[in-house]
Amino acid sequence: MTPLRTTAASLGSRLGTTGLVYAALVVLLAVSAAFLAARGATLFTTANTVDLFTRSSLLGFLAIGQTLVILCRSLDLSVGHVAALSALVAATTMDGDPSRIVLGATAALVVAGLIGLANGLIVTGLRVNPFIATLGTALIVQGYLDTTFQGPAGSVPEAFQAFGYTRIGPLPVSTLVMLGLAVAAVVFLHRTRMGYHMYAVGGDADVARLSGVRAGVPVVTAHVLCSITAGVAGLLLAARFGTGNPQVYANGYELEAIAAVVLGGTYLLGGRGGVAGTIAGVFVLATLDTVFNVLAVDPFVKDVLRGAVLVAAVAVYARGQQSRAATRVRFPSTGPPAPPPSQPPSPKTAPLGGRR
Amino acid sequence: MRVPPALLAGAAGLALVLSACTTDAPDDEAAEGAGLSPDEEWFDQEEFDTQLAQRDITPEGDPEQPWLQAIEPEWTDTGEFASDDPGEATVCFSNASVSNPWRVTGFITMEQQVEALQDEGRIGEFRVSDAADDDNQQISDIQAFVDAGDCEAIIISPSTTATLTPAVETACESGVPVIVFDRGVNTDCMVTFIHPIGGYAYGADAAEFLVDELEPGSTVLALRILPGVDVLEHRWAAAQTIFDDSELEVLGFEFTGGDGAQIKDLVSQHLQRGSVDGIWMDAGDGAVAGLEAFEDAGQPYPVIAGEDELSFMRKWDEEDITAIAPVYSNFQWRTPVLAASMILAGEEVPSEWVLPQEPIREEELQDYLERNADMPSLHYAKFGGEDLPGFPEAWTDR
Amino acid sequence: MTAPASPTPSAPPPAPGADGRRRPPLGALSSMPRGGTATVALILLLIFVVIATQNPSFFEGPPLMGFAKKAAPLVILAVGQYLVIVSGEFDLSVGSLVGAQVVIAARLIDGDEAMTWPVLALMVAFGLVVGLVNGLVTTLLRVPSIITTLGTMLVLFGAVRFWTGGAPTGALSEAFRVPGRDGIENVPFLHQIPWALLIAAAVVVGGVLVMRSPYGRTLMATGDNDTAAAFSGVRVWSVRTLAFMASSLLATLAAVLIGGYAGVTAQVGQGLEFTAITAVVLGGVVLGGGRGTVLAAALGALTVEALFTLFNQLYLPSTIQPAAQGLIIIAAVAYASRRGELRLPGRPRRRPDHPTEHTLGSSRR
Repeated sequence: MTPLRTTAASLGSRLGTTGLVYAALVVLLAVSAAFLAARGATLFTTANTVDLFTRSSLLGFLAIGQTLVILCRSLDLSVGHVAALSALVAATTMDGDPSRIVLGATAALVVAGLIGLANGLIVTGLRVNPFIATLGTALIVQGYLDTTFQGPAGSVPEAFQAFGYTRIGPLPVSTLVMLGLAVAAVVFLHRTRMGYHMYAVGGDADVARLSGVRAGVPVVTAHVLCSITAGVAGLLLAARFGTGNPQVYANGYELEAIAAVVLGGTYLLGGRGGVAGTIAGVFVLATLDTVFNVLAVDPFVKDVLRGAVLVAAVAVYARGQQSRAATRVRFPSTGPPAPPPSQPPSPKTAPLGGRR
Repeated sequence: MRVPPALLAGAAGLALVLSACTTDAPDDEAAEGAGLSPDEEWFDQEEFDTQLAQRDITPEGDPEQPWLQAIEPEWTDTGEFASDDPGEATVCFSNASVSNPWRVTGFITMEQQVEALQDEGRIGEFRVSDAADDDNQQISDIQAFVDAGDCEAIIISPSTTATLTPAVETACESGVPVIVFDRGVNTDCMVTFIHPIGGYAYGADAAEFLVDELEPGSTVLALRILPGVDVLEHRWAAAQTIFDDSELEVLGFEFTGGDGAQIKDLVSQHLQRGSVDGIWMDAGDGAVAGLEAFEDAGQPYPVIAGEDELSFMRKWDEEDITAIAPVYSNFQWRTPVLAASMILAGEEVPSEWVLPQEPIREEELQDYLERNADMPSLHYAKFGGEDLPGFPEAWTDR
Repeated sequence: MTAPASPTPSAPPPAPGADGRRRPPLGALSSMPRGGTATVALILLLIFVVIATQNPSFFEGPPLMGFAKKAAPLVILAVGQYLVIVSGEFDLSVGSLVGAQVVIAARLIDGDEAMTWPVLALMVAFGLVVGLVNGLVTTLLRVPSIITTLGTMLVLFGAVRFWTGGAPTGALSEAFRVPGRDGIENVPFLHQIPWALLIAAAVVVGGVLVMRSPYGRTLMATGDNDTAAAFSGVRVWSVRTLAFMASSLLATLAAVLIGGYAGVTAQVGQGLEFTAITAVVLGGVVLGGGRGTVLAAALGALTVEALFTLFNQLYLPSTIQPAAQGLIIIAAVAYASRRGELRLPGRPRRRPDHPTEHTLGSSRR
């Protein structure tokens, strides 16, 4: 019963945060539109809307998977590399032959899934900190890519490029697929036993274990799913490039995906948040990018603004959570304070059922 | 309980010894891979021959304005794209990035050229998207230009040849004149493709100089930035071909990422193991750091092929080194905007606009140093912006 | 070699400031200075032996000093990263900070010898401010340090390039380059003792002394269990903020050495944060805080540099290096957490009243 109660509780708090994120997205869109209008530009032209959606789909795939992993109190720094690898596997397997599309896509997703499995097993079985485990697999994949491929390789048939370029009205097909996957992920998290277990493990692995959840299983599952969504992102890249390019790992997608997840209100230490918020986080980043693009902001200023927005947003969420927690812990100048009633900073000291 | 460290150490030792045992093989392979056959993926004999021949062809046009010269141009009619009012025509530029000094220098030159043309009323608004080296971002940027519908010419500097091809094709299909420069794409749908002679010529200039200046049997170390980038791979493929026919001994090649500390360390290590008589570089970034490794090791300077980056050229002058500065013509950044204005005026442009690309040799060194005396050290000597109104402040005060 | 008895993951949270209260005094002693030090020293020795078989001249003095010169900045960065990691946080901003500092130095000095000292002072101030911001945002605003320092990394990267228009301008003065490039000349056998080596050695000694001071013990306790530390009167926020400031200050010092070593290039500093973390991890310092020694971190840095040198000596394609780096860090951490487990044969590994999940549950606050 405990995991259920824990999950129900975190569900409540998550809805609150998710609402906040969507409110922020709406405000951002309104402010951006007004700001652009004041400078004689329009935000909601077809071109800009398409641009916004296109930007969001790639990041969306990566961020959905990353959400699952972070919910389990893990982290995946290898998604950019997995996407690059999967794009290459797809492009070289298809090799321009339309009859091999299914084969190529399947092969890419299987390879991605296997890397996710390796990540999950290293994290749970070898008990390696996920930051290091996934950084390690990322570097291994990078070494493989750089040694094996000298530049772009393989080619993708026209029919498959449609995945990257077709759109229905202003909505690119890839964005629809991404949103579909997001809905599936929401259902998975809220309606399946495994989904509950992910929240439970992320909330408190030991509580989860005591309530009969085998902590390793949800974590490994999350890593596999995360790598598979990164594989889908790789397929999208292959479709858009018409080939596979190993160098895309250098684009820092993993950090952007983590940023989207955290902006979406998912707690970096697991157990709280969800895919719905992540999608809002993705759209916030995509909106910023589109606005910067319309305003032709210097690319280096973009980095500065992105960094500042990320930290500021997370600080705001932390403040929201903190108001419910004890603030005294940080200033214990007068003797030991009362134990913090919630948001235990360390899992080691989390009382049973401690995470609300 | 006392086993684990010993076990780990044992395993590590075993691994190291094993890898040490196999050194003979990698040794041979390194020597072979470095000296002999260039990677087939990156070597095109026909293109190699063409580029080497193009070095000796006198380009058409005024030698005072190399950015408007063209080697064996095939002129194409652009009457269909002529604008009624070029001064109001929006020109859009999708830039791969300004992430290295060569691109920074070029982009400043381009902006100055744009201002000059705007003042003359030959183009209107100039809109720039910078993709920060992200192919997917650049595809979106190009798509946004196409969807916006008000670009009357689209200039593209692709971040990667293969991956940008579909996006460039989409831009062509929209009916807007497309101008591609620097790296190419695998299509010829654009109105003009502007580029200097190319990577083979660059690599060959550098390699031939080393072959001429060094005694047979001398050792050469190749420093490369990173693998998999076509313009850089072509330089190395050409050098391999030329070294292969020579009496020089190529010690190997190293990827440096263009990072000075890395270059200095790698060169120092090679110097510890034996003498290095010549340095071949696929780009001049960090050439000075490489030379400092010789200073710090107390060894004589090598014969070196760097690039027309000023830090290297100044060092060359100060220390009186035997050197050459191969050039990947930075002035090519002016040409696309000029081409856009010509297309908007309905004038003919070459369908493939091959710009001259000549290395800077000893005898021209002083001339180029004087011309660029006020410029910062990471500036490129053949930037070709001396006659633009913003000269020299736009380049000196970055 | 006896495996040192370091604090174990499943030990009950120790009381801060009284680390050894629940252990025999000897345990407290041996836990402080060693950790994974012996292991990493052994690995380093092995790598050196293999290098020697490949290239006997490596130990002839000058090459060894050349190696020290190159490795010194990473050792300094590793000590800085160690202080942050042992307090339970991460600092991803050091690579960007090194790049920013070198570019700032080149632009402001612009080849003018007289500007060297004023600009150095400014760099130190700038480094301290960056560390202060990292620390305060992480502790007071409660932003996880991965996000804080990721933000700082982006801001520094963009701001410096915006300021210089994308590529560094200016030049370093000769005086600025002395610490990174020169040394005590005409030493018998060694030829030259680089200043960088002496500076790095001083930093390591300083680090060891700091970790033996009351502040060091508090830092360690905070990383081990910040709640318990807070209960016993530790001002967690100031302890951690100081660690961030130390890390940024040491990154500034590393920037002086790196800029001195090779001058200004556009790529300087890129990726150093992950190399520094690799070095610390290789030294057996467990991410999540509370464990490991300065010496192990410094040896870890030397090991990483020695490995890169070895790869080079073996003529391995440099594209394989990342893969090797990846395998090594996974193996090192797996080994460290395994060792932690093995150390406790008699005790239950996890007790319900002190639930532990180190691999996943490293506290980042």
